[in-house]
Amino acid sequence: MAEVVSMPKLGFDMAEGRLVRWVKSEGETVRKGEVLVEIETDKATVEVEAAVSGTVRKHLVNEGTSVPVGTPIAVLGDPEESLDLESLGAAPRASSPETAVAPSRPGAAAEPSQPALILPSPEPAAGQVKASPLARRLAAERGLDLAAIAGSGPGGRVVKRDIQAALQDTPPGSGPVGETERIPVSKLRGLIGRRMTQAKQQVPHFYLTAEIDAGRLMALRQEWNALQPEGHKASVNDFVVKAAALALRQFPNLNASLEGQEIVRHGQVNVGVAVALEEGLLTVVCRDADRKSIRLISDEVREMIARARQGKVRPDDIQGSTFSVSNLGMFDIDHFIAIVNPPEAAILAIGSVRLEPVVEEGQVVIGQRMKVTLSADHRVTDGAEGARWLQVLRGCLENPLQLIL
Amino acid sequence: MDKAEMLRLYRQMVLIRRLEEAAASLYQEGKIGGFLHLYIGQEAVGSGVVSARRPEDRVITAYRDHGIALAAGMPAKTVLAELLGKAAGCSRGRGGSMHLADVTLNFWGGHAIVGAHLPLAAGMALADQYRGSDAATICLFGDGATNIGYFHEALNLSVVWKLPVLWVCENNQYGMGTAVDRASAVGEMAQKAEGYGMPSARVDGMDVLKVRQASEEALTRVRQGGPFFLEAITYRFRGHSMGDPERYRGSEEVKKWQEDDPIGVLRKQLLAAKAAKEPDLATLEAEVDEEIREAVRFAEESPEPGPEELFAHVYADEGGDSWQ
Amino acid sequence: MAVITMREAISQALWEEMERDERVFIMGEEVGVWGGSYAVTKGFYDHFGPKRVRDTPIAEGVIVGAANGAAMAGLRPVAELMTVNFAFLAMDQIVNHSAKLHSMFGGQFALPLVIRTVGGAGRQLGATHSQTPDVVFAHFPGLKVVAPGTPADAKGLLKSAIRSDDPVMFIEHATLYQLRGEVPEGQILEPIGVSKIQRQGEDITIITYSKMLQTSLLAADQLAKEGIEAEVVDLRTLRPLDLKPVLESFKRTNRAVIVEEGWQSYGLGAEVAARLYEQAFDYADAPIRRVAQKEVPLPYNRTLEQLALPQVEDVVRAVRGVL
Repeated sequence: MAEVVSMPKLGFDMAEGRLVRWVKSEGETVRKGEVLVEIETDKATVEVEAAVSGTVRKHLVNEGTSVPVGTPIAVLGDPEESLDLESLGAAPRASSPETAVAPSRPGAAAEPSQPALILPSPEPAAGQVKASPLARRLAAERGLDLAAIAGSGPGGRVVKRDIQAALQDTPPGSGPVGETERIPVSKLRGLIGRRMTQAKQQVPHFYLTAEIDAGRLMALRQEWNALQPEGHKASVNDFVVKAAALALRQFPNLNASLEGQEIVRHGQVNVGVAVALEEGLLTVVCRDADRKSIRLISDEVREMIARARQGKVRPDDIQGSTFSVSNLGMFDIDHFIAIVNPPEAAILAIGSVRLEPVVEEGQVVIGQRMKVTLSADHRVTDGAEGARWLQVLRGCLENPLQLIL
Repeated sequence: MDKAEMLRLYRQMVLIRRLEEAAASLYQEGKIGGFLHLYIGQEAVGSGVVSARRPEDRVITAYRDHGIALAAGMPAKTVLAELLGKAAGCSRGRGGSMHLADVTLNFWGGHAIVGAHLPLAAGMALADQYRGSDAATICLFGDGATNIGYFHEALNLSVVWKLPVLWVCENNQYGMGTAVDRASAVGEMAQKAEGYGMPSARVDGMDVLKVRQASEEALTRVRQGGPFFLEAITYRFRGHSMGDPERYRGSEEVKKWQEDDPIGVLRKQLLAAKAAKEPDLATLEAEVDEEIREAVRFAEESPEPGPEELFAHVYADEGGDSWQ
Repeated sequence: MAVITMREAISQALWEEMERDERVFIMGEEVGVWGGSYAVTKGFYDHFGPKRVRDTPIAEGVIVGAANGAAMAGLRPVAELMTVNFAFLAMDQIVNHSAKLHSMFGGQFALPLVIRTVGGAGRQLGATHSQTPDVVFAHFPGLKVVAPGTPADAKGLLKSAIRSDDPVMFIEHATLYQLRGEVPEGQILEPIGVSKIQRQGEDITIITYSKMLQTSLLAADQLAKEGIEAEVVDLRTLRPLDLKPVLESFKRTNRAVIVEEGWQSYGLGAEVAARLYEQAFDYADAPIRRVAQKEVPLPYNRTLEQLALPQVEDVVRAVRGVL
């Protein structure tokens, strides 16, 4: 039976050993306990005894070579048996043999739990104002500029009392002073702020404005509403929602989200409609707007807005939009540019419908015009695509029977 | 001595020998970390001394403790599991080779600092005396430990307070790499006991039957009230610990002592007393081999302690250290 | 409530615990016949006898070592080291054994041991008899280190230490034995590992313990006359360290001064300041200051000795320096 002899660990901190001299040559027999080889460690040259009896069939490591602990150095066995060095794990190749280490500790990877250390904030960069950590924090919380505050602490450091003084100071030349109010940022406003900041920082916006001839749209709407009971009249926006949804079917990139390196084209067209509340902006979602009738869109949006205004909004009302529409027409804004609502790819800003002098067949006549502006994510789409989408949108809105049929 | 007991002692010494050889292999494979101090050659001392105790007698020793642990009744697999740092080890993997212990066997370790367990032994004996028990504490240590301050303080106190301690010096001729005559003012460790007015005796540590007899006599004296010093003359066949290049002694000296291999000595005695026949002993040795093989397998397959155990056993009062 | 000295409070605690539990016994130099070098165990020998009040040879190694062994075997020894300076002679037993025996053997036995000792300076005893090396012992996991600053705390904490199953180093102060204070009647225990606010204030947090508690309280009185109200937090236990009241105070006052009798380098102030910076950085309105002993072996000469030790003025000056 062949036995592989490995470089032994001869001391608690030994990592490798140098094979100084083969005491037993290939072909010689050795008895258990007899010296087989001399190994040099950091500390001394040691005579290593054979652990078993046998014939030295092969030296795997030459004299004068250093190898790590655990490396096979010889094979002992019967004189006549055939040896398969590979299967013995003793093939004398250069590729690194296993270093003998303590048995792997599967638990070692996991850190034992310990109360967390809160590490100090990084050093203020050179050129920054000298201020105590407390003053720095208070200034940040109150939105004060540290550089504008005189420091009374040691070394001219800005300290807490300087912040307190600054908060009480009136700005120069303000004349008779009104009451300054402090209003804590509401959850909603805070959320909007964070999301819009993220959108502005991370989404490469581009903007396309198109002017829609709203004449036919307004006429159709009028006819339609004449047939609806009170409280169920369709708004311009309802038509726009439908038109946008149909257009999105044809341009799936605008009804998409970027996830890592993938553009996720959503299966549904869920159009979000921005609603202005006292505390901020909310987007109610009309799902599958491309499949719904104007009436249904209108009723749904109206109900969701009512719920939102009463503070009774449901999770389904505000989740899952794939594209948004924002309308400031009721405030007489003729044109504005909206911020994409992440993770959506685009948003349509709708202005008011205005009576304007326009040229038709060489004549100046009164026309109804509505400006819409598409803001889109350049990581997902581009100007040409956006422009084509707007063309389709315009097509729908200027030939509004398409929306109904 | 009762023949069955002789055979039991033989088996014990063979078990110790085989376990130490297995431990040496595991160490060379890199599976045991730190230091490993082998008891090979000294088996008669541990086996003889510990076999003389009653169950209520305590045993405590230094870091060359595997043989003592086995003699005290610790299963081989538990010793090996501790050497491999596993949770099933007697000290849950927290102590390693130098800190084996099982207080349910009245075996109190396994101690790494030279001489430091001598005051501990005095304290344990104090507790037994305090409670009015006639239990003795058997404290084993090497010749090297007789030169450290703790030796003086502990032996002195044991005489002054008449503590029931059997001080057993395993004189294996070397403190680490320094021969006794280069480290100790006197050549016989038992002489030092005289300095404390303590009764003493010397015994051939390679003959387990003699060690057993001497230990029984010593313990009787201890129970009569006061410490006793027993010096056992022995020899370790391997280095101080794994990795010891043994520059301090010649191989001829080692070979000379090996002629009195304690296992060989008892073997002859067993056969002469017709307590056993050769084939019986061969069978016994084969059983021990198998027991050790099984123990190695158990230890290797045994699980590691989990990371959540890191902060366990720092304090008895709380579940762990509270780093705040 | 009774008003008694620190010495009486400690003595009472020891007496009560020895009456209560047969396993509690005392061993150390001069604890028996002499009555204790600081008279703490006066009367104990006659009442409890030589089995339970044991005079040892002058041999710190075996005093702590045998106490360790007795604790392993289930007794509850109170070993006395005449001064903490002599603890160094038993250093191996304390830090390698008392602190680690429970852990190294996987929790097979507890070590319900108390090492009572006395530290501090001020009586011209010279460099090797005047040290406050408390933090050195507090460095070691597995040990508990308690150092009371008031008689009530001394009594309550010593009782807790004796009843604890862990090794506790109980460090008294050589110049506090005469300190008088209110101590409640009955078996009142104070918890180990809990800091205590000894004086409330809003302007600055002073963190301290043992004799320096008294120094800090005097400094606080002086500062109050200048309109500065200092909050004084007494740690009482160095390990395990309870930082909660310290953090809570620091977050309110935004300033801290740490006062210790030991040397500044690698001392209590270094530890507490580091933790405050780690856990309450944004609350710091000024750097944290430390008041400690000057970095010299303490001289015998009276003036030089007082110059080296932290005084009330040093604390006052440090507080002013961070306001």
